[in-house]
Amino acid sequence: MSDSVNAMTEHPPVSDWVHDFDHTDPRWTENPFPIWDELRAECPVVHTKRFLGCYLPTTYQAVKEIAYDTEHFSSRRVVVRDMRPEITASAPPITSDPPEHKPAKQFLLPPFTPDAMKKLEPRVRAICNELIDEFIADGKCDAAARYTRHIPVRAIAHMLGIPEQDGDLFIKWIHEILELGIKDDDALMRAVREMTGYFAAQLEQRKQQPTDDLISTLMNARDKDGQPLSDNHVLGSLRLLLIAGIDTTWSALGSSLWHLAKTPADRQRLIAEPELMPTAIEELLRAYAPVTMAREVMKETVISGCPVKPGNMVLLSFPAANRDPAVFPDADKVLIDRKENRHAAFGLGIHRCVGSNLARMEMTVAIEEWLKRIPDFRLDPAGRVSWSEGTVRGPRQLPMLFGNAG
Amino acid sequence: MSGKLRVRVDQDKCQGHARCKSLAPELFDLDDFGNAHEVGDGTVPAGLEDKAWLAHSNCPEIAIDVTEE
Ligand code: HEM
Ligand code: SF4
Repeated sequence: MSDSVNAMTEHPPVSDWVHDFDHTDPRWTENPFPIWDELRAECPVVHTKRFLGCYLPTTYQAVKEIAYDTEHFSSRRVVVRDMRPEITASAPPITSDPPEHKPAKQFLLPPFTPDAMKKLEPRVRAICNELIDEFIADGKCDAAARYTRHIPVRAIAHMLGIPEQDGDLFIKWIHEILELGIKDDDALMRAVREMTGYFAAQLEQRKQQPTDDLISTLMNARDKDGQPLSDNHVLGSLRLLLIAGIDTTWSALGSSLWHLAKTPADRQRLIAEPELMPTAIEELLRAYAPVTMAREVMKETVISGCPVKPGNMVLLSFPAANRDPAVFPDADKVLIDRKENRHAAFGLGIHRCVGSNLARMEMTVAIEEWLKRIPDFRLDPAGRVSWSEGTVRGPRQLPMLFGNAG
Repeated sequence: MSGKLRVRVDQDKCQGHARCKSLAPELFDLDDFGNAHEVGDGTVPAGLEDKAWLAHSNCPEIAIDVTEE
């Protein structure tokens, strides 16, 4: 084996968060909220030399300015990593800038409208109950491994028209891309290749035998000149739907159950007043927004009074924006009846999450079904909750006890 | 007391978060791409004023104008 420059690099621990932040530091992974508060009090945009140079906007206003400014900030790299290899695999529309962005996004939108999600809802409800059936008699479970992880995978597999059991493959690829890939380029490229091969076979099958699932819908889509999309374009979009749709929803669901497990008052109130579910879901999305995106600085500019220079990346922290007390009173409290909530969990501006209606439906249904069948639950004091590192934050182990068990 | 309210969605700002439609389905509708427009001419029927303001204060893109006539 050649000694690869891409071998995993260890990061030295952070001692000065304001000038040397690192979103892969174990303290950030464990509990980022006090770090963001400290940085926000210092400056709306902080910088680190790590990751070959990277800014972090800490206020809602600074995050919004950057998200709206596609002239100075490009989406061509959407993950902050140790290296900046040449751009090979793009994933429109998430890696697109105007004017390519809009046409690339447009044909993904109709399958994900709220009405389309209503049709999918009964299947998602059934998936949740099938999962609960598997562990409820044990009186306990790791909710991240047995419940929240499988819901988004099975839902998207169902939409795409592929076997729900193939979900385990998706989970592996996404782990290699989103978590290992931050520091290990080989793992990332291998996963992308495997995923592309899998979906290329699905396209071939449908060329022989058309179906009426989401894969066929994308294959039949036409661009504005009436031309079908190339296989490469369809494959890129399918990769994107998996990468963007699975860990994100897994994380948001896991954080929500984690909150309800350790906050009996909210849990009981939600059971007694189910009409609070919509505001509760929005509030859980605000408080535990899982997704931090990235941009690359293309031209020098000023954001919230801070100079920003090309050659650097930006860690676009929607989660930190959502904790800004200038926009959200009691930003550090979870108020499940919060009335005014312009949270940015699904992004701001042209890259608004394509799957936001799907994710909201999955969260609502998964929490409703869980509360119906397991109204009383708590974190298992004998276990340990662990959080994912990097771009998408959520519980990866979530040991729970039900009722009076334990 | 104040007059009638009217809502209007700024199509250039709307990004289809669909918060308005879920909070005030009587006042907003979505197109095939999930972007919003006001129902009819945007006039808010009596009794729905709170919903109009709620939609306004939950739209992440600040795309909803509420005006008093
Ligand atoms: C709770 C779950 C989810 C969260 C918090 C979330 C969050 C986000 C965020 C913040 C963005 C903006 C990216 C940017 O500004 O660069 C985004 C984009 C995107 N998301 Fe999600 N997402 C979730 C679930 C999903 C699901 C279920 C799907 C689809 C199956 C999906 C598909 C996409 C796509 C395709 C984009 C790119 C949109 C564009 O670039 O125009 N997401 N998501
Ligand atoms: S909430 Fe705002 S951005 Fe979302 S659909 Fe309504 S008007 Fe558009």
